[in-house]
Amino acid sequence: MTQPVLSVRNLEVEFVTRRATLRAINGVSFEIAKGEVLGVVGESGAGKSVTGLAVIGLIDPPGRISGGEIELSGTRIDHLPPEEIRRVRGKRIGMIFQDPLTSLNPLYRIGDQIIETIRTHTDLSESAARRRAIDLLAEVGIPAPEKRIDGYPHEFSGGMRQRVVIALAICAEPELIIADEPTTALDVSVQAQIIALIKRLGRDHGTAVMLVTHDMGVIAETCDRVAVMYSGRIAEIGPVQEVVRNPLHPYAKGLMGAIPTLAGEDKRLVQIPGAMPRLSAIPPGCPFNPRCAFAFDRCCIERPEPIRQGTQSVACHLFEPAKETAA
Amino acid sequence: MSDAVVPHRTQDHQAPAGWVRRALDSDIFYSFRRSRLTMVAASITLLFFLLAIFASWLAVQDPFDPAQLQLLNSRIAPLWTADGQSPFLLGTDEQGRDVLSAILYGLRISLAVGIAGVVFAGALGITLGLIAGYFGGVVDTVIMRIADVQLTFPAILIALLVNGVAKSLLGNRLDEMSTLGVLVIAIGLSFWVQYARTVRGSVMVEKNKDYVAAAQLIGLPAPKIMFRHVLPNTMGPILVIATINLALAIITEATLSFLGAGMPDTMPSLGTLIRIGNNYLFAGEWWIVAFPGIALAGLILSINLLGDWLRDALNPKLR
Amino acid sequence: MLAFTLRRFLQAIGVMLAVGIIAFAMFRFAGDPVNQIVSIDTSAAERASIRQSLGLDDPVLVQFGRYFINALQFKFGVSYQFRLPVSSLLAERMPATLELAIVATIFAMVAGILMGVYSALRRDTILARLFQAISLIGISLPTFLIGILLIYLFAVTLGWLPSFGRGDVVKLGWWSTGLLTVSGWKAIIMPAITLGLFQMTLIMRLVRAEMLEVLRTDYIRFARARGLTTRAIHFGHALKNTLVPVITVAGLQFGSVIAFSIITETVFQWPGMGLLFVQAVQNVDIPIMAAYLLMVSLIFVTINLVVDILYTVVDPRLRSTVGRAA
Repeated sequence: MTQPVLSVRNLEVEFVTRRATLRAINGVSFEIAKGEVLGVVGESGAGKSVTGLAVIGLIDPPGRISGGEIELSGTRIDHLPPEEIRRVRGKRIGMIFQDPLTSLNPLYRIGDQIIETIRTHTDLSESAARRRAIDLLAEVGIPAPEKRIDGYPHEFSGGMRQRVVIALAICAEPELIIADEPTTALDVSVQAQIIALIKRLGRDHGTAVMLVTHDMGVIAETCDRVAVMYSGRIAEIGPVQEVVRNPLHPYAKGLMGAIPTLAGEDKRLVQIPGAMPRLSAIPPGCPFNPRCAFAFDRCCIERPEPIRQGTQSVACHLFEPAKETAA
Repeated sequence: MSDAVVPHRTQDHQAPAGWVRRALDSDIFYSFRRSRLTMVAASITLLFFLLAIFASWLAVQDPFDPAQLQLLNSRIAPLWTADGQSPFLLGTDEQGRDVLSAILYGLRISLAVGIAGVVFAGALGITLGLIAGYFGGVVDTVIMRIADVQLTFPAILIALLVNGVAKSLLGNRLDEMSTLGVLVIAIGLSFWVQYARTVRGSVMVEKNKDYVAAAQLIGLPAPKIMFRHVLPNTMGPILVIATINLALAIITEATLSFLGAGMPDTMPSLGTLIRIGNNYLFAGEWWIVAFPGIALAGLILSINLLGDWLRDALNPKLR
Repeated sequence: MLAFTLRRFLQAIGVMLAVGIIAFAMFRFAGDPVNQIVSIDTSAAERASIRQSLGLDDPVLVQFGRYFINALQFKFGVSYQFRLPVSSLLAERMPATLELAIVATIFAMVAGILMGVYSALRRDTILARLFQAISLIGISLPTFLIGILLIYLFAVTLGWLPSFGRGDVVKLGWWSTGLLTVSGWKAIIMPAITLGLFQMTLIMRLVRAEMLEVLRTDYIRFARARGLTTRAIHFGHALKNTLVPVITVAGLQFGSVIAFSIITETVFQWPGMGLLFVQAVQNVDIPIMAAYLLMVSLIFVTINLVVDILYTVVDPRLRSTVGRAA
């Protein structure tokens, strides 16, 4: 087995407030291989975005990574000194945020923002960086890039701006792209184009992609594998077809029931009753137990650990540990 | 700090109660941290008011009464220095006026002019704001245009102009009481804009609410609706403006008097005392200017702190 | 863009007209123009004939028109105290005031921006708290007290700096400057600090608040995610976005600086327009008061106009939206 691009083991992230220490991420483990797209899905507050920020080292005080390891192509990148993690950001990990309208500095030409980023991470000259910036804009599908490079962000539409943001994220040929809800703020018609673009770029450059979203439709059509998060933990992770067709975790079942399909028009969408617990009031045992139809005594006492079930892995007491097969 | 936003945002719609409680807690915490300072400021302000009210009992002489001043006693240094003389605790000025007594009486003048100026400005601003907001249209445009233009000029300039014009109309030699009146008018005309804007804004919001429509339906006259029903809803911000303006009004009065366009030497306010004392600074008689200066600075600082606290307490969003 | 500029220009003219009416009213009704010419013992008949010759019996509108045309040519009448044309008095005093105001503004901007950036980036340090304390004092203490305090410290006690006047001045045509001599620079230090202190605290608070606001924005987060250096983020991206509103405010404040120089000039006996104005108020010299009002208003209105136009040049978003609206 080749070395994964990103390997996260038992990640814990805490936010220290005056009142209490809130654990936003609690023992999350996953890997992403070269060229693979991992979808991370879950409700708002499940810890998807915080996981992405933790990987790229942008958790600011009062938040901190309180445990676990993050490895990028075999080297640990959690708890790097600020200057070293900065060199990783943008160069080895590219990040795409949710809102393209606010991700670009309104007072700088987009060309200057791309050139600045390229020159921060490479030794290219100003003119070489400019040529590269034009190529990048062309690659992300901006028409007439040699003209548009001197435009200001407000002169671009939302979809075009997100393409610029993607160009910025890939301009140093990163090994990993973290896309945090990259389509949520866009029109439905543009969403598919952006998703297709991210997928194509990942394939063409062999880049690993971590795609954070709450849209199961996007996951189903883009990702190779999917991780379902709930209350700062991974409830279930596995190949996307398996998880979508045959979800094991009761929460994942509910989530899959919430995908509208063209075929099943007559079937009513299933809703999961209740809401995810607040960080300050996560119940003992399995955090999903108050909403789970299958919950039994053990769920309220003991925290379920991830259990391998075929190609999937699920954190639920309904499943018995299988005879351990080597991974 | 910026990324702390992440869990907040994600939690928001899930369970507001906990975060609201947390925010409340932090406000109280914040208030508590500041409250010691605020308490000190409030006590000092109160002390100044009491000193001003009971000036005639506390002072060893009436500094406004020339008969009580003796040139023999002029320029005596404060009591604790080698040249100090009882009963002149803070020394005397060149006319033999006891500095402490002058400060107590001057405090009275400064506070009186300040409060009267604020009341006048408030009455003018509130009335114009109510009229502008309630009637709208041309009346509103005219009043708010004047306000806009006036707001571009510093209050001190307007106060000086009003002062000069008033003196020209009334004759240059004014007695003390009319000077007091001119100062109050000058300050009032300099500070009405903020009240008018605030009140107008509130009225525009309030007048579309159901209770005003109901009052109109049962046939209450417009002035009654405005003063009885709309105005009480704007009292919070007005109180804040008035407190902060009190400090500004006292500064303006002191500045006018310092510039020689305010209270005369025969009935000095704190600003006048500082102007007089400033002339003796080079002669080494620092106490004539220092103590009125400290009194003025302390008064303004404590009122300002009180105003800041009031603003935060009444409307945390305003910060 | 052109339509926007034109609209602002017309607004400025409107304000000047309004101020002109006030100045005229002061000139004509609060002061008696006859007093500019005659002495106390002039007979009533003579006064009446002078009134006639000055056109003071003409309809008010005609008089206003005449005043207005004169004002356009900088003819503001004759000072009661000095028996000299007001315009030449003002022209003589203007360089002193403008130099003081410019030096004070530069001081306020440099110190205010530096202190503001520092206290935004290093929020909880002792120095940042000290800056906050200074800003509280700068906002609370009356200008003249600060001036007196500086005089007591640096002129009376230490004897380092002069307590009054401009020092040696050099004539450059009609402009007299104190900025070419050592004594001129020594003389301007304390007045400039006194005058600039309030603006400095204002700018400092604004820079700090804006900077904290900008550092919270998505594009700064994205800039960090792109791996830009802290230096590039703070002083390139954040500061540039902070400075747009700061420069606007500082520009708009320049008019106030000139008006506030009334107080500073009195404390330091600085021979500028402000001192002239205070003496005019004390002596009820109405023509000077009216002319000063007009001059200061003109400076205010011009600055507002320039800042408005500059603002659209600095911020590309405004440039195009304004252009599109036009």
